[in-house]
Amino acid sequence: MPSRLDAERSEVVFEDYKGAYTPAQAVLEANRCIYCSDAPCVQACPTHIEIPEFIRKISTGNVKGAARTIFEANILGTSCARVCPVEVLCVGDCVYNELGVPPIQIGKLQRYATDAALAGGERFFEAGTESGKRVALIGGGPASLACAHELRRLGHRCTIFEKRAVLGGLNTTGIAPHKLKADTSVEEVDWILGIGGIDVRASVEVGKDVALEALEREHDAVFFGAGLGADTLMGIPGEELAGVEGAVAWIEKMKLGRVATGEVKRCVVVGGGNTAIDVVREARTLGIPEVTMVYRGTEPKMPGYAHEWKAALGQGVRAEWQTLPVAFEGDASGAGVKRVKCLRVDDAKRPIAGSEVTLEADLVLLAIGQSKLGELLASLAGIEIARGVVVTDAAGRTGRKKWFAGGDAKNGGKEVVNAAAEGMAAARAIHAFLAGVGNA
Amino acid sequence: MPDLSTNCAGIRSPNPFWLASAPPANSGAQIQRAFDAGWGGAVWKTLGQPIQNVSSRFGGTTIRGVQAAGFNNIELITDRSLETNFREIYDTKKKYPKHAVVVSLMVETRDEWRDIIKRSIDAGADGLELNFGCPHGMCERGMGSAVGQEPRVNQEITSWAVEYSTVPVLVKLTPNVSDIVPHGLAAKRGGAHGVSLINTIKSIISVDVDNFVLEPRVGSRSTNGGYCGAAVKPIALHMVASLARHKDFGIPISGIGGISNWRDAVEFMLLGSSSVQVCTEVMLRGYRVVGDMIEGLEEYMRTHGFETLDQLIGKAIPSYSEWGDLDLNYETVAKIDAKSCIGCQACVVACMDGAHQCIFPQKPGDEAHVVEGKPRVPWIDESECVGCNLCKIVCPVPGCIDMVAVENGFKPATWNQHVHEGAQLRPKKGAH
Ligand SMILES: Cc1cc2nc3c(=O)[nH]c(=O)nc-3n(C[C@H](O)[C@H](O)[C@H](O)COP(=O)(O)OP(=O)(O)OC[C@H]3O[C@@H](n4cnc5c(N)ncnc54)[C@H](O)[C@@H]3O)c2cc1C
Ligand SMILES: Cc1cc2nc3c(=O)[nH]c(=O)nc-3n(C[C@H](O)[C@H](O)[C@H](O)COP(=O)(O)O)c2cc1C
Ligand code: SF4
Repeated sequence: MPSRLDAERSEVVFEDYKGAYTPAQAVLEANRCIYCSDAPCVQACPTHIEIPEFIRKISTGNVKGAARTIFEANILGTSCARVCPVEVLCVGDCVYNELGVPPIQIGKLQRYATDAALAGGERFFEAGTESGKRVALIGGGPASLACAHELRRLGHRCTIFEKRAVLGGLNTTGIAPHKLKADTSVEEVDWILGIGGIDVRASVEVGKDVALEALEREHDAVFFGAGLGADTLMGIPGEELAGVEGAVAWIEKMKLGRVATGEVKRCVVVGGGNTAIDVVREARTLGIPEVTMVYRGTEPKMPGYAHEWKAALGQGVRAEWQTLPVAFEGDASGAGVKRVKCLRVDDAKRPIAGSEVTLEADLVLLAIGQSKLGELLASLAGIEIARGVVVTDAAGRTGRKKWFAGGDAKNGGKEVVNAAAEGMAAARAIHAFLAGVGNA
Repeated sequence: MPDLSTNCAGIRSPNPFWLASAPPANSGAQIQRAFDAGWGGAVWKTLGQPIQNVSSRFGGTTIRGVQAAGFNNIELITDRSLETNFREIYDTKKKYPKHAVVVSLMVETRDEWRDIIKRSIDAGADGLELNFGCPHGMCERGMGSAVGQEPRVNQEITSWAVEYSTVPVLVKLTPNVSDIVPHGLAAKRGGAHGVSLINTIKSIISVDVDNFVLEPRVGSRSTNGGYCGAAVKPIALHMVASLARHKDFGIPISGIGGISNWRDAVEFMLLGSSSVQVCTEVMLRGYRVVGDMIEGLEEYMRTHGFETLDQLIGKAIPSYSEWGDLDLNYETVAKIDAKSCIGCQACVVACMDGAHQCIFPQKPGDEAHVVEGKPRVPWIDESECVGCNLCKIVCPVPGCIDMVAVENGFKPATWNQHVHEGAQLRPKKGAH
């Protein structure tokens, strides 16, 4: 299928951080698995994939069966295999860690099985008997895709409303390309939609192009999976200068279009989370010579994963710890940002008077968080919104009849695998709700 | 320094490690390289009327990732001319006078036996091995296991060989019999100086499931072959021990079958082998494996204070008894060392599904269940544990699960003592 994506997007130069296994490698690794009972890795996976089972199937040559086991629990198994922070999830809990032996490379084995299934055009699931019910899903990211696929298996018709032109959410627009590129995400989306009966209304923004009330009226249930919003700004002088950008917005440009990095000599990234770590690595890979992460906390306390930061250091990234930008400055020509004025901060993150430092920069990327989108639903009575996040019960039910939520919009921003788990759980809650409605 | 010098039925070698009659001992150049690598002896690839082999010839069975854990072949005896073989035997013996060169033979008529034995000894053979074992091809022609399965024929041909030979004669026995003892005794009656066992076990290694043909595939068909390699060791050990402990047997044994390392070799010796022969492990890994075999055996002997091989050969035979003489009151239970437990709970599922349902993820009623700071250390209900060993076998951490003897207050009592003398047995465990 011809890609709908720009063939010369900036991200295409990135190489896989964790490469694909050859069959020989996969079987060798699979045979190392102890096949634990009530395995800790399964408990550590938010979607509870039966990991020892799929690994055993790889070892016996039943690769298709391995993929079925994975997708049964997590229809986004293909992207999760690449993007999950396995070091702190399944792999982190492998009992081999306890033995001081390298843990099983579960992510790479999962990629081996799921890639083979997608490449072979395997389809494992069929739509259920038509229930006549219609469900609207707001957002076309992992949460909604997982929810819609599960709903189709249960026989309900779905319509996904996505404000962007492409589906996949951050899998397509945000994930670091050394883990997952946009084209793989789009292939996965197409494969998921292959179950049939999921209508896609792309480039339609709910709340603007379609009213919430209309959605509610025309559907038997609604799932809110809109994720997070735009990058948070710092609200300091000079933020409007050319060359000061939100990190997630810049990543999206890099993944779907092109970013000009040829002229950039020095890049400053503000933040200490995983987006900040991703973006410093991306800036280095795109050839920016000097990339500095500026974070107001300390290295041991940074929210980004230690294993990811280690990889960033390996790429020659620098850091300024306990440092807070207070202004961005250009020069008289008005050509864009040139400097970042900063103050050092103390352990309580309070600025220390007289501690000014100035960092030179011709590109500044802000990775200090994203806005929350819950307020979009503020007009709907019964839906509780806490600090921008939609409040639900464990199954994904909001306080308003017909309305469900999952993914970043509900959990405030976690991982793809959490979005997948919550999307599937919400589908089952919606199914139960629709069954109840039918009986009434 | 332990002394590894070996004397098996009068055939002497600097150490007990011999190449078995098979592809690694196919030619003079190979055997000389093997001697340089450290092998103490070699049994030349079986000589007879040269045959024509098929291709392919070998198959391997992969068990949970271990390639060729079992191995089989459908090749026959030497395909090289007798002249070439004898010339190379002569040359090898001249260059390596201290190493054992045993010549394996398989022919049909009395005259052929007389002739080939004379030529072997003229070439310098230190001993002969009569191949009564090959389970494929040759037996269809009335040789190999066709001889080894008939004690009468075995005894007769052995007696011819002993009559014509001036060097020791070993009879290589086939394992394709229900009881090895009559066949070992037949060889002894024929005058053999010793026996070697086992040859390969009749087998079909695998089936090509896409083409519906046995393997190893010869075009569109295949045939049964001979099984060997690590997987057959337990069968070979049993046969060696059966002869070694038999009161009427009493001649030396050269042990063969699945020997892959020094430990395997020691096991064969403890059950009565005075030399050991290796084929498959060399085919898979090369002559160089002997270095570790020698070093491992020496270290083993040092650890146990053995100075010569005689001191260990047969040492485990007395422990081989009948089931009816085992102590039914001896009781063990499994204990888990929480410190080394990694929480895989492989033992839990094994005991639950394959044994006596007495290992649990946690002690009933103990919600917190943390042992040594670990939440996943299983709990064993010792009152139900029958001491079967399964958990220890599946545990991936050596030494983590141990079978510990418990003092139950009952005096030792065997089944035979119970039946004949009314000895009291402890209450059964796990039999509800
Ligand atoms: C830079 C970055 C890197 C990340 N890296 C990783 C990683 O390596 N591994 C990992 O597991 N997770 C990672 N994450 C987190 C992960 O991407 C998210 O947790 C996940 O995508 C959440 O899925 P979702 O479906 O809830 O939301 P999203 O993926 O954000 O999808 C929401 C979709 O809703 C659409 N939408 C929003 N508002 C509307 C509207 N009003 N109408 C219609 N459509 C709308 C959006 O356009 C978007 O397509 C990363 C996040 C970021 C920002
Ligand atoms: C390929 C192959 C060929 C063999 N050829 C002979 C042979 O010609 N004569 C013989 O007595 N035994 C032959 N054997 C049997 C071996 O000598 C040996 O008895 C048997 O393989 C068991 O030992 P192992 O487990 O170490 O391989 C052969 C075995 C193999 C694998
Ligand atoms: S092992 Fe050697 S002889 Fe046998 S098939 Fe392979 S290459 Fe050929």
